[in-house]
Amino acid sequence: METIQSFLFSTFRISTSIVFVALCATVSHQAGLTNMAAESMMLTAALAGVIGSAVTQNLFLGLLIGAACAVLITLFLCFAAFVMKVDLYLMSISLNMALAGATVYVMFVTTGQKANTAAYFNSLQVPAFRLPLIEKIPFLGPVLSGHNGFTYLAWLMVIVVWFLIYKTKFGLRMRAVGQNPKAAESVGVNPRTVYTISFMLAGLIASLGGMFLSMGYQSFFIRDMTGGKGFIGMAAATIAGASPLASAVIAYIFGFADAITNYSKLVITDAQFLAALPYIITVALLLIFSALKKKAADTAHRKRRLMALERGEAQAS
Amino acid sequence: MSKELLRMENITKIYSNGFMANKDVSLTVHEGEIHALLGENGAGKTTLMKILFGLEDYQEGRILIRGEEVRIANPLDAIAKGVGMVHQHFMLMEGLTVAENIVLGIEPGKAGVFDKETAVKMTLEAAEKYNLPVVPNALVRDISVGVKQKVELLKALIRGVRLLVLDEPTAVLTPQETRELFVQLRDLRSRGYGIIFISHKLDEVMEICDNVTVLRRGRVVGTGRIADLDEKKLSSMIVGREVVKTVDREAPRRGDLVLEVRNLSYVDDIGKIHVNDLTFAVHAGEVVGIAGIEGNGQTELSEVITGLRPATKGDVMINGQSIKGRNIDQIRKLGVAHISEDRLVYGCAPDLSVWDNIASIYLSSKKFARGPFLSKRELNKFVDECIEEFEIATESRNTPVRLLSGGNIQKVIVAREFTSGANLIVANQPTRGIDVGTASLIHKLLYKYTREKNVAVLLISSDLNELLNHSDRLLVMRKGRFNAHFTDLSRVTDELLGEYMLGVRSMTEEEMGNVL
Repeated sequence: METIQSFLFSTFRISTSIVFVALCATVSHQAGLTNMAAESMMLTAALAGVIGSAVTQNLFLGLLIGAACAVLITLFLCFAAFVMKVDLYLMSISLNMALAGATVYVMFVTTGQKANTAAYFNSLQVPAFRLPLIEKIPFLGPVLSGHNGFTYLAWLMVIVVWFLIYKTKFGLRMRAVGQNPKAAESVGVNPRTVYTISFMLAGLIASLGGMFLSMGYQSFFIRDMTGGKGFIGMAAATIAGASPLASAVIAYIFGFADAITNYSKLVITDAQFLAALPYIITVALLLIFSALKKKAADTAHRKRRLMALERGEAQAS
Repeated sequence: MSKELLRMENITKIYSNGFMANKDVSLTVHEGEIHALLGENGAGKTTLMKILFGLEDYQEGRILIRGEEVRIANPLDAIAKGVGMVHQHFMLMEGLTVAENIVLGIEPGKAGVFDKETAVKMTLEAAEKYNLPVVPNALVRDISVGVKQKVELLKALIRGVRLLVLDEPTAVLTPQETRELFVQLRDLRSRGYGIIFISHKLDEVMEICDNVTVLRRGRVVGTGRIADLDEKKLSSMIVGREVVKTVDREAPRRGDLVLEVRNLSYVDDIGKIHVNDLTFAVHAGEVVGIAGIEGNGQTELSEVITGLRPATKGDVMINGQSIKGRNIDQIRKLGVAHISEDRLVYGCAPDLSVWDNIASIYLSSKKFARGPFLSKRELNKFVDECIEEFEIATESRNTPVRLLSGGNIQKVIVAREFTSGANLIVANQPTRGIDVGTASLIHKLLYKYTREKNVAVLLISSDLNELLNHSDRLLVMRKGRFNAHFTDLSRVTDELLGEYMLGVRSMTEEEMGNVL
């Protein structure tokens, strides 16, 4: 009983940054672009947040600095891709690699360390919260209550992103550009503006995922601490067809896989296999979901074609 | 006289490559008028409309809207000035609702929040006002093509457009939807809207339009009131009289059945029927021509035969073997060569050299293979022979194809396809936009290969001259079906052919006779 509870608790905890990244990818995806730069956005925010909060000794300022740095990186990406016309995906990948190096460099310059910032920067952490009424619910109470602030923010963010996409003017324009940029342009919606704003929003959301790692889960920055979560989030958004709710659900499934991995340490001793397990599950799920999707689409197409033909024949006779 | 909405005066447009798309074209549309703009593909209608929407600049002439001279910068500017367009390919977002599509760009709501209810209300109000019923909350991907067109009309009307340009609006509609559209267009006319109606369908033009302007080769060749004209006069204006018979042709010696098409249908993703239950055959040693206004299924037919699109129903047999379940490479190995309409996309790889393009079809064949390698020496020799035989003007065999002229690019493709050893050549628009010399070379080759090498040719073209002079039999395609079949071309005139192409006349099955 208690094992199950703590297992579910850790699923929610581990999933937090994946949910943020999945939402970040969802926002970009709705505007018609694949966001492959989430890793760089997260790493930037994770390090900048730690340094910012340690230097200012103000949690809120620290978070602000972390988010601002991620948005700046995103702005640079947008400038390169939409103004200078560099290929967006090449730029995203090179940015990921550049930031993986740059964060270590900044860490080394400021702390003299190459592994983590624990010894030098005293980063502030977002505290955990206990939910007053919910914690009294039998069984579910201890699972849902007592999480880090970021975890609750992730839940809130699902609703915020849903509202943004489906209830705001900008959301409508985003979906329009994502589906048919030419048609959107023909009624005065500028795709470049929409791309840029949606990427900046995505960068902001991804920064929260990054800062959860260094200012919630831990209280220091570790090199490469995102460990491919940016891509797992992208996979979640893709599988979910860029629906914010479904993206979050898939993100939790991936988090579940992560938690299983953690717990199977007791049974499976092969550390290499354990490290690979979440990715194996991601690949398997991606394959299964897209195969199912494609099959459904093919059947629907074939049906529609034959129906059109029959209608045509009926009209002719 | 009602008020003038649009006047385009003496528009002349010359493209940078020297092609004159419009010469001294004038067009006037008044309030409460439906004005037909007619002409074959390439006659200059599209260019003229692009100029009107600011998508192309022009060298001479001026545009006046309500008597005021204007410069239109882009389509958005045109809408602001009261001119809107309904494209043949709709500019809609499939995953959004009807109301969302209509209000996009002018969304109602406060503080950035999209007010969906008001959007729905705006849509319903406009739908009622203009008598164009739509369901505001339906997703565009779920509604029929006819309703999508209404959405496009509403999109323009709600923005205060007074002049609507409809580009082949009925091309995608069923007969019932067409009738409904006409009721709505008449309604708009009676409210004082002006409409430019671009179409190939003369019966429709006769039915709904008030005035007409006919373009041919970029010039206005006729203009007037529809009431003073009939379909025959219109069709001869459109087609013109240019056909000269030049070639003396020996009668073909028809050999074995090479291409056999049985009850073939092709329907695209959105459910439009392009090829509708066609049956015909091409024998060794003959050229079968297919005439038709573009967009009546000829391209789709040739692409199904060559494997670029899958057949929806029916079958294609090549040298007695079905193409079902075979990929393009396997279909080519049955004996098919293809000169594609889109020569820079399907015909060649523009960045690769002449050598690469010609050698490309031998990569997996044994002809030039030396074990796992290609024999470069033999291929070099072969490519040089091709360059000489087909008179390809190129610096060397290693020159990238894109640096050649249009005619020489086509020669590279023709050289590759004619020497591939195929006994069926599907040639789609083989001489369009190509200089006279190359065109006549291609025509001679077609003749030589059918008469001397017993090759079967399916020739699809919009050039009537080419079809009448270089086919042995001629089929006319209209709306995915055959409308006529001529076995003796000596008595076929271009005018008669034009009437079949435009659907003024059509043959019964008995009149067509044996198309096999």
